[in-house]
This record gives sequence, C-alpha cells and structure tokens, in this order.
Amino acid sequence: MSLELFLFLVFAAVAAVSGILMITRSEVVMAALFLILNLASLAGLYLLLNAQFIAVVQVIVYAGAIMVLFLFVIMLLRPEHEKIVTKISGIRTFAFIIAALVFVQLAYVILKSHPGSALNSDVTASVNAGTVESIGTELYTNYILPFEAAGFLLLAATIGAVVLAKRKFE
Amino acid sequence: MIEQYIPVFLVIAFAIVFAVLVVFSSKLLGPQRPTPEKLSTYESGMKPVGSTHERVSVKYYLVAMLFIIFDLEVIFVYPWAVKFRILYNEIGTSVFVSMLIFLIVLELGYLYVYKKGGFKWE
Repeated sequence: MSLELFLFLVFAAVAAVSGILMITRSEVVMAALFLILNLASLAGLYLLLNAQFIAVVQVIVYAGAIMVLFLFVIMLLRPEHEKIVTKISGIRTFAFIIAALVFVQLAYVILKSHPGSALNSDVTASVNAGTVESIGTELYTNYILPFEAAGFLLLAATIGAVVLAKRKFE
Repeated sequence: MIEQYIPVFLVIAFAIVFAVLVVFSSKLLGPQRPTPEKLSTYESGMKPVGSTHERVSVKYYLVAMLFIIFDLEVIFVYPWAVKFRILYNEIGTSVFVSMLIFLIVLELGYLYVYKKGGFKWE
C-alpha cells in the first residue's frame, strides 16, 4: 500500500466519521468541534490532490476563521435553549430521497469512470497547478478582474456586517 | 510528492499524541476519591447561580466578521508576495498597482468601520 493510498484512507475515514458525528451531536459546540476535524481532514485530502495552497487556505480560513464565526453564532443564539419549534411532516422521507439521489449520482460517476485509464497520463501539469506560485501567476495576470472584484465583495461584506451589527446595540 | 509533507504530518501526529497524553495522564495517574462537595462547581464559596450558557453580545459577531474579512484579504497577499519578484520582472509595476487597488478597496472598508465606531467597545 503506497503512502498516498494510506493517507487517503486515513483522511477519508476521519472526514466521514467526523461528519457523521457532527450531525448526530445534540450539543451544538461538540458538533462545531467535529466540523473543525472534518474540515481539517478535508485539507489533508486537498494536499493529496496536489492542491497545496487550497489545503493551507482550508485550514486558515475554514477550520480557523469560519469556525470562529460558527462558534460566535452558537454563543450568540444559544440554540440549546430553543426547543424544536415545528416538526415538518415527511421531512425524513424527503431527506432519504435526497440522500438516495446523491448516492446514485456518485455511484454512477464512480462506476462510469475507468480508474486505471487515467494513471498513465501525464500529471505534472496538475501537480504544478496547485502550488502557490502557479496560483499567484494566474491570479495576478489572467484573472486580475475577478481578483479586484473579490476586493469589492469583501468591502460589501465589511459594510454589511457593520450596518447589521451596529444597529442592534446602538 | 507527498513525501515532502511528512514533517507536517509528524508535527500533527505529535500534537495529537501530546494533547491526548496530557489530558488523560492526570485521569490515569492521579488518585480519584470524589465526594459530592469536590464535584460541585466552586464559585466564591457560594452555590452556583444560573447557567453558564449566557447569550453574548452581538458586538463579538462584528469582531468575528471583520476578522474573517481581513483574514481573506491576507490570503490573497500570500501568492502575490511569493510571485512578486518574478511577475514584476515580467509585466512591470501593474502587478504592484493591482494589489494596491485591492488593498485600497479593503482599507476603505476598514476606514468605514473605524468611522462608524465598529472598533469601539462601549
């Protein structure tokens, strides 16, 4: 068993188990902590897919910043005080149908693809594509407009956060 | 390819082992003779009043939100900083100006928050 396969199995198992544990916790803070574990193991999977920069960003932004926001929302709302307000009838059937559809889709794609055929093709391009150097080259030459647009998006988020939050405690 | 990340995995593994060891060693090695008094929450010698799960102010949410925004701003600076010298030699000052525009746009947001008193804690 190669190192890649071993690490893939470890990260995939951690991701799947922590995902299941996350949605089955009744304590919301525990669910949030399992979500951190899930996001961290996804970072490991990104690393195995040669997306090194995305893997680091996954840890810094998702497992770091986004989870801080999640924990703040939990602290703000204290959802354990809330009882389940409405039980929508047939929600379990609906959820089961959605899950079955996604499963069939994934099974179809996995069975349709031929795992052995892609092994011989040249992978150096995809290995280089994930490095921070190639992302920098692409982002600041070919994708300069989306980059600046992302700046305006963040500006809009800043102003939106202030407008929404300041009004509450003034 | 993945072999060059073995030190990173070793650090993660060491952190996990160390954390588990520290958390559970006191439970394993220390003597445990619990009494109801020992297990009760100590609060200045008084009986604990109410839940610790108090709702916090929405001010924290603003801080968390601003943290995420400027965290993402820094994410865009990393690849720029790594490739700056090479891109500067290739295409000149426009690579500097593009990052300057991006940062100015975000600093406008920073100034807006500052003027609105978003950093004040009253």
